[in-house]
Amino acid sequence: MQQQKLIVVGNGMVGHYFVQELVKRHPDLAAAGIQVTVLGEEPRPAYDRVHLSSFFSGSTAEDLSLVEPGFYDRPGLELRLNARASQIDRNRQTVTLTDDSTLHYDKLVLATGSVPFVPPVPGRDRENCFVYRTIEDLEAMTAAGATAKSGVVVGGGLLGLECAKALRDMGLKTHVVEFAPRLMAVQVDESGGRVLRTKIEELGVNVHTSRNTTAITDGATARHRMVFFDETWLETDMIVFSAGIRPRDELARQSGLAIGARGGITIDDRCRTSDHNIYAIGECANWNGQMYGLVAPGYDMARIACAHLSGESATTFQGADMSTKLKLMGVDVASVGDAHGETHGSRSYQYLDEVRNIYKKIVVSEDGKKLLGAVLIGNADEYGTLQQMTVNGMPLPENPEFLILPASDGKEKPGLGVDALPESAVLCSCNNVTKGAIGEAVAAGACTIGEIKACTKAGTTCGGCVPLVTQVMKAEMRKHGMAVNNHLCEHFPYSRQELYHIVRVEQIRTFDELLEKHGKGLGCDICKPTAASILASCWNDFILKKDLASLQDSNDYFLGNIQKDGSYSVVPRMPGGEVTPDGLIAIGHIAKKYGLYTKVTGGARVDMFGARVEQLPDIWEELIAAGFESGHAYGKSLRTVKSCVGSTWCRYGVDDSVGLAVQLENRYKGLRAPHKIKFGVSGCTRECAEAQGKDVGIIATEQGWNLYVCGNGGMKPRHAELLASDLSKEDLIKMIDRFLMFYIRTADRLQRTSTWRDNLEGGLDYLKDVVINDSLGLGAELEAQMQHVVDNYQDEWKSAVDDPEVRKRFRSFVNSTVADANIVFVKEREQMRPATPEEKRQAKVIPVLALVE
Amino acid sequence: MSQLQQSASSQATGNLNMSISAEKNGTWQAVCPLEDIWPNTGVCALLGGRQIAIFRMKDDLLYALDNHDPHSGANVLARGIVGDLGGEPVVASPIYKHHYRLCTGACVEDADTRLNTYPVELREGMVWVQVPA
Repeated sequence: MQQQKLIVVGNGMVGHYFVQELVKRHPDLAAAGIQVTVLGEEPRPAYDRVHLSSFFSGSTAEDLSLVEPGFYDRPGLELRLNARASQIDRNRQTVTLTDDSTLHYDKLVLATGSVPFVPPVPGRDRENCFVYRTIEDLEAMTAAGATAKSGVVVGGGLLGLECAKALRDMGLKTHVVEFAPRLMAVQVDESGGRVLRTKIEELGVNVHTSRNTTAITDGATARHRMVFFDETWLETDMIVFSAGIRPRDELARQSGLAIGARGGITIDDRCRTSDHNIYAIGECANWNGQMYGLVAPGYDMARIACAHLSGESATTFQGADMSTKLKLMGVDVASVGDAHGETHGSRSYQYLDEVRNIYKKIVVSEDGKKLLGAVLIGNADEYGTLQQMTVNGMPLPENPEFLILPASDGKEKPGLGVDALPESAVLCSCNNVTKGAIGEAVAAGACTIGEIKACTKAGTTCGGCVPLVTQVMKAEMRKHGMAVNNHLCEHFPYSRQELYHIVRVEQIRTFDELLEKHGKGLGCDICKPTAASILASCWNDFILKKDLASLQDSNDYFLGNIQKDGSYSVVPRMPGGEVTPDGLIAIGHIAKKYGLYTKVTGGARVDMFGARVEQLPDIWEELIAAGFESGHAYGKSLRTVKSCVGSTWCRYGVDDSVGLAVQLENRYKGLRAPHKIKFGVSGCTRECAEAQGKDVGIIATEQGWNLYVCGNGGMKPRHAELLASDLSKEDLIKMIDRFLMFYIRTADRLQRTSTWRDNLEGGLDYLKDVVINDSLGLGAELEAQMQHVVDNYQDEWKSAVDDPEVRKRFRSFVNSTVADANIVFVKEREQMRPATPEEKRQAKVIPVLALVE
Repeated sequence: MSQLQQSASSQATGNLNMSISAEKNGTWQAVCPLEDIWPNTGVCALLGGRQIAIFRMKDDLLYALDNHDPHSGANVLARGIVGDLGGEPVVASPIYKHHYRLCTGACVEDADTRLNTYPVELREGMVWVQVPA
């Protein structure tokens, strides 16, 4: 078989997507006779440039990576990093690299992307002048930002505003200088631009429009002085140019490929250049005089080029929908189709609210039957509906103005009605996922938004389509008769969230009352522990009270961690992992006395294994006497708050992480939740406590504490996301109170915060709105509820040993004081461990220690 | 209360397989006062070397079956959560959450596994279990 040599120049988002598509078509490239070489000039493989600004809020280069580990290691595929192509020889079909090596190609794909445009202003090469494109650019900006007091972004477009947010987050006095008379001139009209400007200025960013910079010189009060055309000036310590992009077409120019009038490599509908052995895709390509600076059309081109290379010429590039929706510094901005009303005869409806700074406009066709475009600033809830109506040419409702007017009482807002969407409607344009594909995923069994994301990739790039995808998913599920049933179990026709609401509103305090009023049967091992958890987080009564004990899951039922042989482990609470020498000695004594196996846990505590049920109260009593509580190392509750040693001892520490960890563990201990909750507190950004792998992670900064949420280690690791930065301790606790209570109220049974977050419609932005901006008006209630739980905390082990009735339950046999003869141990590495069934048969066992008098 | 209370499980034993009905002539033993078993929970009794889990369900209906959970190898069923599945009373093992029917001892998830059940009665406030000879 003849080998086909394929070279891909560029390993950006689109270049990498192309290779992924190719591998999807030919899982075994070598067997298909394809030899692919990918040239990437950056030191790392493809990463997510769309979310580049998250680098400033704590994401690392690894977080942003788009490449699954090992992806480029397959046979037939080679990725060369730090490899830059310098020349193409089309006659010989070779590419020459800057190191003078030469590679032969049969087919060549150019995915060279773009470069930031830097206006030709004298002084633009001065120190501390940057562009905003690569991770290296961002690292340089971060380094400069550490010593700067002020920063200017040149360019008030989409990327410029993202960049301004980054500068502001670094604590710089931030300015945006825009050449055009308004911000985001391409996507937004004049009125929209005004509203956007007001919003951005409210956030502390100074906006200067209609400003043409003529020179950059030395400043008097700062490093630079930017002089404008009218001789006014602005002084700043650093400058970032983000004034648009230019296609990287120099390789193509040198080799004589056709180039568009405004630049860009000319391509046809199959993404072929004027040389049919060469394709161009993404931002470097010019199709029909158009260049696209968004990732979705680039992905589209990658798919088409890949199909054509594989001998399939049916799919063609037909332009792209340039609709965008994003959140700039917390401000919703969306633009759909013909946002400026440039279509002949078009008319518009506009809604302006100068109090809340919301602007909405729709552009309709001359005959008033079709939607042509829209602009939404300040609130973009209708984006999905308007974008689909425009793209699919769906008929407008009778009074189209209601599409953007705020819903008034009793009047249903005209929705899209997802059933009206054609199967071919592209819901997720980043990943080209159609309504039909969502339907197929549902038919194949996906029934949560998390599963839909995993199997279709819908909503995994920019996330703008998630609400719409969720609607379609639910509609499809209904169609399949999979009644969207989230009932807890056969005894309660309610979801956990609904049950929670019922318990609170009706002030229900026992399971029997809940079952009588809202359920049927006797209950089961699903609904009983769920109800126990809900009752605990609402009222926080002693969990082993007579009417509550029978509801508790295995571990809560005996206040210890049940092991495979029916013995228990006891883990004394050590808040923040802090323990005195006397404390350690006491634990050692107890472990020795009761013959327990000891191990230091992953949560910075000492675990003592092998206690029989009748030994538990005695062990707890001794722990209490030594100043310990037994600790919730089990159960659906707060486990530990892990911490590094912090500023008290560590030469790098910025704040007292142990002190905070102790305070937090003592505040939230005993809190019952839908699943276990873990915390971490790091004293500096070195992050030794691995806080970003926890449900709640806190990292000290020079300005306060950064709060990360919804991380997870374990089976499905997930990095926590930054919820709020630079908080005082007081505000931090307030935010954690709200976050945890909101989770406890709304999550499903056994849903960790990470899964809950992945299924939260509206995602992180919604969570921020609820927790930080109090958009649901629940803040005070959530805090009060948490305070109630905190105020009613009790040492459950002490309550158990002090109550003779409860204590009596802790015995192996109701009619005998002997021990369970089935719990037997053998020795291993100088400690005991449970005997295996085989060892039990051979009776090679340590006799059970005598009961302690 | 002086009346003899016949529990559901003692009726059910009559339908069990031959090996158990053959042992029907075991001895009745007093175990504990009813109050020692909290409503909707179980306790374990050591009777003639056997570990027997006794459950007190709604309306003080009593059930008795092996305490040994064959799926985990641990003696723990008395510590499981009780309830019903499709109206049939069950206990869920605290180790791997297998369900066992209180009336028959059959495992819901594994038709091949069946625990022994024992006649159990309430006599004047005391719980009695019939232990095979």
